Amino acid sequence: MIPDDLPLWLSLLVGICVLAGAFLTLVGSIGLARLSSFYERIHAPTLGSSLGTGFILLGSVLYFSVTGQRLSVHEVLIFIFVSVTTPVTLMLLARAALYRDREEGAGEVPPSRFGRDDG
Amino acid sequence: MKRVLPYPLLFAGLLLMWLLLQQSFGLGHILLGAVIAFGATHAMAALQPERPTIGRPDKIIRLIVLVLADIIRSNLAVARIILAGGRGEHKSGFILLPLELRDKSGLAVLSCIVTATPGSAWLEYDPVGSTVLVHVLDLIDEQEWIDTIKHRYEALLLEIFQ
Repeated sequence: MIPDDLPLWLSLLVGICVLAGAFLTLVGSIGLARLSSFYERIHAPTLGSSLGTGFILLGSVLYFSVTGQRLSVHEVLIFIFVSVTTPVTLMLLARAALYRDREEGAGEVPPSRFGRDDG
Repeated sequence: MKRVLPYPLLFAGLLLMWLLLQQSFGLGHILLGAVIAFGATHAMAALQPERPTIGRPDKIIRLIVLVLADIIRSNLAVARIILAGGRGEHKSGFILLPLELRDKSGLAVLSCIVTATPGSAWLEYDPVGSTVLVHVLDLIDEQEWIDTIKHRYEALLLEIFQ
């Protein structure tokens, strides 16, 4: 399946894309481990789920389109699904954390605004 | 027509997605995809969602370009904060954002944009006061964030979902 004589420019371009995506995802994971509060940590994985995924998928589109194995549209769908579904998980986690912190009175969490009409 | 095919656009979209995933436009795949799309549109109709009204489809492209540019920029900004040591000089915090947008589909899109962009996360929407609690990783100027989200995205979404 893999052609022997991949043009140099293609290998470079695909390599740069995949490495950039992997690097951003790695930075996101480091952030997940190192940032100090829960609400700060939810920002870190979005690096991997937005531009990290984007770069890796771009590399995949380039490789498969140029080598002519198939026209790449899978990647577009993957990107759409990832960008639509990860926020839902993040919001669920964040709201669970808000609920917990308010119940415990921990941290600097703003009070719930539900049922108030002064906003 | 409404009864047989409650969401024609969704039907077409699902069928197209099925064919793209299968990487084939053979008759078998078209039939199977049509059956699945037919079932899915009826499942959707059973949920009785509010029908979104899209007033300015031309603005969607502008929104997509804007969001992609912001995702790239905020990725770099957040990566810099994390690599700077995580506990550096950045200050994170909550902001309470007043919204004029009330359309459910518009709010769903806005929440995905805010959360998918690294550095800001949509936490809790309050439909009574029409406010949303947003957490920002690098909060320098609260008003600046409120203005950015309101002018860049909310204004466009208000135009799109009219």
